[in-house]
Amino acid sequence: MPLTTVTNPVKAGSRYLSGNDAAAEGAIAAGCRYYGGYPITPSSEIMEYMSRELVPRGGAFMQMEDEIASISSVVGASWSGAKAMTATSGPGLSLMQECLGYAAFTETPVVLVDVQRAGPCTGQATKVGAGDIMAVKWGSHGDYQVVALSPWSVQEMFSLTVEAFNLAERLRVPAFLLAEEATGHLRERVDLPETLEIYDRDYVPKQPPFGCDQADGIPSMPGFGMGENLLVTGSTHDQWGFRKTEGPAFHDSLVRRLSQKVLSRKAEICRHEGYYLDDAELVVVAYGFTARAALRAVRQARQEGLAVGLLRLITIWPFDDELITRVAEGAKGFLVPEMNLGQVDGLVRSAAGDTPVKSLTQVNGSTISPASIMAALKEMR
Amino acid sequence: MARSMEKYLRPEVQTTPFCPGCGHGVLMGSLLRAIDQLGLDMKNTLFVSGIGCAAWIPSPNFAADTLHTLHGRAVAFATGAKAANPELKVIVISGDGDLASIGGNHLIHAARRNLELTVICANNMIYGMTGGQMAPTTPQGHLTATSVTGNPYRPFDLVKLVKGAGAPYVARGAVTRPYELIGYLKKAIASPEFAFVDVLSPCPTQYGRRNKLDSAGAMYERLRGLCQSEAQGACAPEGAEDTLQLGEFND
Repeated sequence: MPLTTVTNPVKAGSRYLSGNDAAAEGAIAAGCRYYGGYPITPSSEIMEYMSRELVPRGGAFMQMEDEIASISSVVGASWSGAKAMTATSGPGLSLMQECLGYAAFTETPVVLVDVQRAGPCTGQATKVGAGDIMAVKWGSHGDYQVVALSPWSVQEMFSLTVEAFNLAERLRVPAFLLAEEATGHLRERVDLPETLEIYDRDYVPKQPPFGCDQADGIPSMPGFGMGENLLVTGSTHDQWGFRKTEGPAFHDSLVRRLSQKVLSRKAEICRHEGYYLDDAELVVVAYGFTARAALRAVRQARQEGLAVGLLRLITIWPFDDELITRVAEGAKGFLVPEMNLGQVDGLVRSAAGDTPVKSLTQVNGSTISPASIMAALKEMR
Repeated sequence: MARSMEKYLRPEVQTTPFCPGCGHGVLMGSLLRAIDQLGLDMKNTLFVSGIGCAAWIPSPNFAADTLHTLHGRAVAFATGAKAANPELKVIVISGDGDLASIGGNHLIHAARRNLELTVICANNMIYGMTGGQMAPTTPQGHLTATSVTGNPYRPFDLVKLVKGAGAPYVARGAVTRPYELIGYLKKAIASPEFAFVDVLSPCPTQYGRRNKLDSAGAMYERLRGLCQSEAQGACAPEGAEDTLQLGEFND
């Protein structure tokens, strides 16, 4: 099995770290051996950490000329056999979109850390936002799937980076750590484990690298220099990589498989946490840093006798709509607080059935306070 | 393509992708002869290309690892592939629109960084695959699909550009002089540093027919006239327009 337990290569035990440093340590721990990046606030500390730590550990670091080059070099490195990543923020993410589609279409395992800042455009470069939820999923043209995980703590900046690598390698997809400035620059205690579960890519020699018999299959992942005579192309291709740009059946089955290999595994991929959900009449659906404020508000509401719970989404993409539908059956209403104008709100509404959904949005460059969430809950009562 | 070079081609590939009179087939054959003469281990050679006619030289033709990337990004993909596996010999081969226009930034930064990459520019001075539009290498005054009264701008001299960016080995060859070209390609591939070869290659289909060069023969004659070989001296003849010097340009 490609899933193995390894000794954590970074210093285990109780540590005091920033979120960005924890993400970088998570990448090292997951076995990242290539980083290509371009400086951008508020993610640059990840790049600075990787520039110091990767080469002494046998990896390679390249400061590229722009974000387009960064993600391109990461895809090239991944096909050279290295677990590879980059980190960026909104404007850089926009530049990476074409190559994100290339990675999805060529089934290249890559990890992208997006430390979200207040957009659109240059926006407030040093302030927090969560406006890239849809951009990571829908930003490149055509139909494809990605994985996106939303950390709410420095601990999860570490652990979900490890998980992003595991999912990227296992599913052969681009995987995002969809972080926020507030978590990237937060400093708090983390407990780093002595051992880790690590997924190394599944390579079976002389197997077709771009196809399988199953409609949702994940092919073997070879690399350059292994004698496979690889044909990697962003054009529609057959299972060996030969361009098939005329045949409708090739395109249809390829595009469907690339989506199905992720969507059919939602039960394995999607994770969440529930707080006080058993008897909750009102359920706050929150993710990332906002879930911290939401938990505080929910606890306060409970002290005041309100039947309120929190559903914290850890996996944003693929979106776990079945989970929302399940929770909606026992709830009288959802509240979705977000540092954008309602990007996850729409997803919750489409899965909530008849259960009313209230959106609490804030795009002023600061985090949503527990008091705002508390006030919104009281309005819903 | 000579039978002796077939061992470097994928058996599945039966036909050339190039138009009649295109120079890219000569470049393809010259590159394989350079590889053959160097005894390059194809198992540890990666060919990276972008988008356009020239990107089809290695992909899907060469029996080796090939990475057919996005438009303009070949050098950036190659940088990551080489950095992650320094054992690979990485050869980028793409067109002038790909490498010098949309990918121009990657080209000059790779030359500055001086990572061991061989970059070969199949320079036909036009966007061939998209229908003959003006390229950054199209000579001033020449006719294209987007400059029907003549290109108003000066072209890039890619040799000067890449040399100015710091590349230790820079050469310009032409498919009309294949033996010299093979020599430049061999030196570039054997170089342990960044090496760039600008290769002039005619495009009768898109370039020739718009510029009163509507036969392959006329295109090759023009290219012969355009090129100044090392043997002919360093300077273009007095009053000659559009002259490009062939040779190696190294300190």
